[in-house]
Amino acid sequence: MDILSLFPAWLLEQGPSFIVVLPLLMGAITAILPSRTLAWWVSLVVALLCTVTAFGLLLQVYSEGASLYTMGGWDPPHGISLVIDALSAPVLLLIAAMAVVTVIYAMPATIAEVEPKKRAPFYAAFLLCFAGLVGMVVTGDAFNVFVFLEVSSISTYALVAMGAARDRRALSAAYNYLIMGSIGATFFVIGLGFMFMETGTLNMADMSRILADLDGGSRVAKVGFGFIIIGLGLKLAMFPLHTWLPGAYAYAPTKVTVFLASTATKAALYLLFRFTFTVFDPSFDYVAVVLKYVLIGLGVVGMVFASLQAIFQTDARRTLAYSSVAQVGYMLLGISLATAAGMAAGYLHLLNHAIIKGGLFLAMGAFWYRFGITRVEDFNGLSKTMPWTMGAFMVSALSLIGVPFTAGFVSKVNLTIAAADKGWWWAVGVIVVTSVLAIIYIGRILLAAYFGSPPLIDGEPAKRNEAPIMMLVPMWFLALLSIAVGSNVLGLGDGFVLASERAAELLTGQSSIGMGG
Amino acid sequence: MFSVIFEQYNYAVVIILMMTGLYVVFASRNLIKKLVGLSIFQTSVFLLYITIGKVAGGQPPIVVDSHGGDHAALEPVLVAAAGGEKAASYAAGHDVLYSNPLPHVLILTAIVVGVATLAIGLSLVVRIREVYGTIEEDGIDMLDYQYNLEGVED
Repeated sequence: MDILSLFPAWLLEQGPSFIVVLPLLMGAITAILPSRTLAWWVSLVVALLCTVTAFGLLLQVYSEGASLYTMGGWDPPHGISLVIDALSAPVLLLIAAMAVVTVIYAMPATIAEVEPKKRAPFYAAFLLCFAGLVGMVVTGDAFNVFVFLEVSSISTYALVAMGAARDRRALSAAYNYLIMGSIGATFFVIGLGFMFMETGTLNMADMSRILADLDGGSRVAKVGFGFIIIGLGLKLAMFPLHTWLPGAYAYAPTKVTVFLASTATKAALYLLFRFTFTVFDPSFDYVAVVLKYVLIGLGVVGMVFASLQAIFQTDARRTLAYSSVAQVGYMLLGISLATAAGMAAGYLHLLNHAIIKGGLFLAMGAFWYRFGITRVEDFNGLSKTMPWTMGAFMVSALSLIGVPFTAGFVSKVNLTIAAADKGWWWAVGVIVVTSVLAIIYIGRILLAAYFGSPPLIDGEPAKRNEAPIMMLVPMWFLALLSIAVGSNVLGLGDGFVLASERAAELLTGQSSIGMGG
Repeated sequence: MFSVIFEQYNYAVVIILMMTGLYVVFASRNLIKKLVGLSIFQTSVFLLYITIGKVAGGQPPIVVDSHGGDHAALEPVLVAAAGGEKAASYAAGHDVLYSNPLPHVLILTAIVVGVATLAIGLSLVVRIREVYGTIEEDGIDMLDYQYNLEGVED
């Protein structure tokens, strides 16, 4: 059956702009809606429509190849082009699908976590953030990336600060994120300025062509590349630049944390892929040096150091946040291998980690929703009081460690094989060691939950108090998805691997972005 | 050595502003002063972009119809604005040398982004002042230290 023919032609044709413009417009409208329920419905419908569009675009890429959408009919390089190809389409679908999952979850969660009068603006800010992330992924214009980066960042600062209703530390976390995020975005735009000096264009495909003609370009291009890497590094929480992340993840409303953890850093990683391998090229000596000595070094140090820090956190949300920093290290390792297998493994881990960490943070929010707990020592006996939630948490946790038949296993094995193929045995060792560290920091929580006894409330053990169905469905969806990817149920595992391999093909095979069509 | 600085005068200013801004962001412990530093840092980028757009001897990028029409009256003004005879010689000829307008347009966007960031930042500082009663980082850290130990109260 040809699924693609089920999509209306206009949707596929106008999809790239539709998927950005719809949440952007509805974000503005949602801000003035009087009712919270109405705002929720609008967000849900927008997220669903975007997911359908993203799915259609993904199928279209695989059956008909990359597509180029010229905004307003102005041809590139002067006009702004939107590019849907094997690299951007899976990330696009990931972002849209995670938006649906988190919006469903948000119904009960925001009632508990956000002040009543801020709930409609909360959804408005979420839609803007969503539009920004989608825009970052679809655009083929380098300056457009900066604009969408800031659209998503600025709404994220507001979203994180809304966690102040349950924890005042959200305010200083949002402030720190704002300072670091703005510095990152400004570094990125300085880098673009240098690239504009060197090439005289802002279209990524055009920039890539001119740089290749110049054989990497002069010192200006080198400086520009450095600024772009640091700017993106701040956004994706590359190891020494990750300091904003634990606070922002730990104190934001749960819905925001889940959405950030599974999409925001992923969109920035996508940009790192895009800039390092398609705009620039690993054959330029300065790019090769950065890959070989900077990204790999920071990736590995981040993996070990952040895993160690995760072990010593008292707050379980901070444990997971540090774990996210460590997982970014795996993806950076995949990128810095710069082989097709390495990039595919890094890309696959990007997709898988979004599902895994999304599931973990969803469960974490449910624990707070029922019992108001976030600290590891309070997790005693949760397997008895919230068995279904804890079950979903455990599945995702095992997947994070990389137990066989889970998504985490597939990407870690692929990464290990890719590193071994290149002869980087020390990297294999680091992957194994950090997986052991993951057992320690996640195991700490699981031990308390499964072998501790429920705390006494008024002399009686705490009663079973399961999370509402609207929280359970999203978290089990992600948990089962993680198993399905790991055990290749419904061909999902092969689908994910194939998607990452196609993305890697595009990254290694040159000049296929944008202009090729 | 000095000639290099004077020839690259704009870039020297950009670097000084950029470093000043970054230094203030990291060295200051006051939340408002950090935002001031951030704004200076961002402003240096505006200047960098505008410097990129300038073409030596270039006119403002405005279409001048030299075969009559109202715009022709503007031509001497434009030549004067672009500065000097070098520009005039281009303007008189067929090909008009003009500065690149694109960076200006880009930086208009970046200015708007900068204003939005500053607005969000300041409103966060207002909220922090309401909750903590201070806008000094040391004070906030001290208040949160106790909070971190005791955990979230219900």
